[in-house]
Amino acid sequence: MVTIREYKKSESLEEAWELNQKKSNRILGGMLWLRQGNNVIQTAIDLSGLGLDTIEETDKEFRIGCMVSLRELEQHAGLTKYTGGAMREALRHIVGVQFRNLATVGGSIFGRFGFSDVLTMFLTMDSYVELYKGGIVSLEEFAKSKPDNDILVRLIVKKEQVHFAYQSVRNTQTDFPVLTCGAAKLADGSYRFAIGARPGRAVLFHGIPENLVTGTNLRGSAEYRKHLADVLVKRTTKLLDEANMTGEER
Amino acid sequence: MQKVNIIIEVNGKKISEAIEPDMTLFDFVRAHGCYSVKCGCETSNCGLCTVFLEDKPVLSCSVLAVRADEKRVTTLEGLQEEAAEFGAFIADQGAEQCGFCNPGLIMNALALFREIEFPTEEEIKEYLSGNLCRCSGYEGQLRGIQDFLSWKKEKGVRA
Ligand SMILES: Cc1cc2nc3c(=O)[nH]c(=O)nc-3n(C[C@H](O)[C@H](O)[C@H](O)COP(=O)(O)OP(=O)(O)OC[C@H]3O[C@@H](n4cnc5c(N)ncnc54)[C@H](O)[C@@H]3O)c2cc1C
Ligand code: FES
Ligand code: FES
Repeated sequence: MVTIREYKKSESLEEAWELNQKKSNRILGGMLWLRQGNNVIQTAIDLSGLGLDTIEETDKEFRIGCMVSLRELEQHAGLTKYTGGAMREALRHIVGVQFRNLATVGGSIFGRFGFSDVLTMFLTMDSYVELYKGGIVSLEEFAKSKPDNDILVRLIVKKEQVHFAYQSVRNTQTDFPVLTCGAAKLADGSYRFAIGARPGRAVLFHGIPENLVTGTNLRGSAEYRKHLADVLVKRTTKLLDEANMTGEER
Repeated sequence: MQKVNIIIEVNGKKISEAIEPDMTLFDFVRAHGCYSVKCGCETSNCGLCTVFLEDKPVLSCSVLAVRADEKRVTTLEGLQEEAAEFGAFIADQGAEQCGFCNPGLIMNALALFREIEFPTEEEIKEYLSGNLCRCSGYEGQLRGIQDFLSWKKEKGVRA
């Protein structure tokens, strides 16, 4: 259980950032991951008063505030349409509706969790993170970096001419995934894949994944995961080719 | 610890208090007599502690009470009639054994019916997948829910 000595609802990002420079202070997302450990937090920094809980959609991009819940992402009409339902598929297995009403996209991406469906799905899209001090960085780069004391303000997804598909393998419907696979087929016919829960962090491949590195944990062996990756790549490719044939508009 | 002043509306009643910053919403509603809300796990996984925060079902064990400041919270105590009407169909199936999971399931099922009036079997399963029951196999509950929905549909037609 976490112990929190002080609670601060931030009035500005600058104030939140300054507080976050101290190691014993922590930013609160949905707090679901944070509360699992025996953490002692001096000051809990709450960003929920800064209007960062909205999804804006323009012709060119989606701008998704860090405090947007996973459930809001899953139910957003624009994202559902743009991803052909892949976003919803990526999120709907995460614990339960009540959980997803709390978990935030900011905490999910900032955490760079190996098992993350959220990271896998966003890597599949042309995504960027906007960091308060670090500016706009591609998610591919961010996913490889170590957590620091910056603030993830929002995610930006640039729209492309593209079809998406998403699949995961789980031992039970709402357990952590054994392997995740996001796939995109671009207008020029090329493919892009993100494979996660290897069990390491999701990685992005331009084209059919080659030399995928997998590992062993309680949920599955490295070899099993390699096999699953082949299967999921085939299945998502099939879904994408079918979607292309019907020429659905995105 | 530095206490925080909050005002939370629990089942229509405004409560103002100075609380510890790490008090959970679960502890807060229990402290104010909502004993239907129970805690069944330490990993945000079981759904037993479900309450509505501004009409959305959430895990009260995982929300800081300070974050519910100036918000509305609803527990089973505030939904007696609705809960009894629906709960009778679960009871009719003899769906449960120990019954510990029941309040969380009822809360989340009511949230489902508010979102989707007549959900399909798939929609029911997906929406309620975060409510764990360690005695049953969920089949009785599913039948109870479907019976309730048929009854509601019929009632709607007759009305
Ligand atoms: C039991 C359980 C099962 C889960 N199963 C799955 C699963 O199957 N698939 C899946 O994809 N995910 C799963 N998750 C992860 C979950 O979906 C979230 O990604 C996770 O809880 C983090 O989101 P949060 O909002 O709770 O963040 P928090 O727990 O609040 O924060 C996580 C970390 O990020 C920091 N942080 C939060 N927001 C920001 C910000 N804006 N800027 C900078 N730092 C920030 C926090 O200080 C903390 O260090 C699971 C989590 C739990 C607890
Ligand atoms: S007590 Fe289990 S999810 Fe809250
Ligand atoms: S009846 Fe015992 S946990 Fe559900």
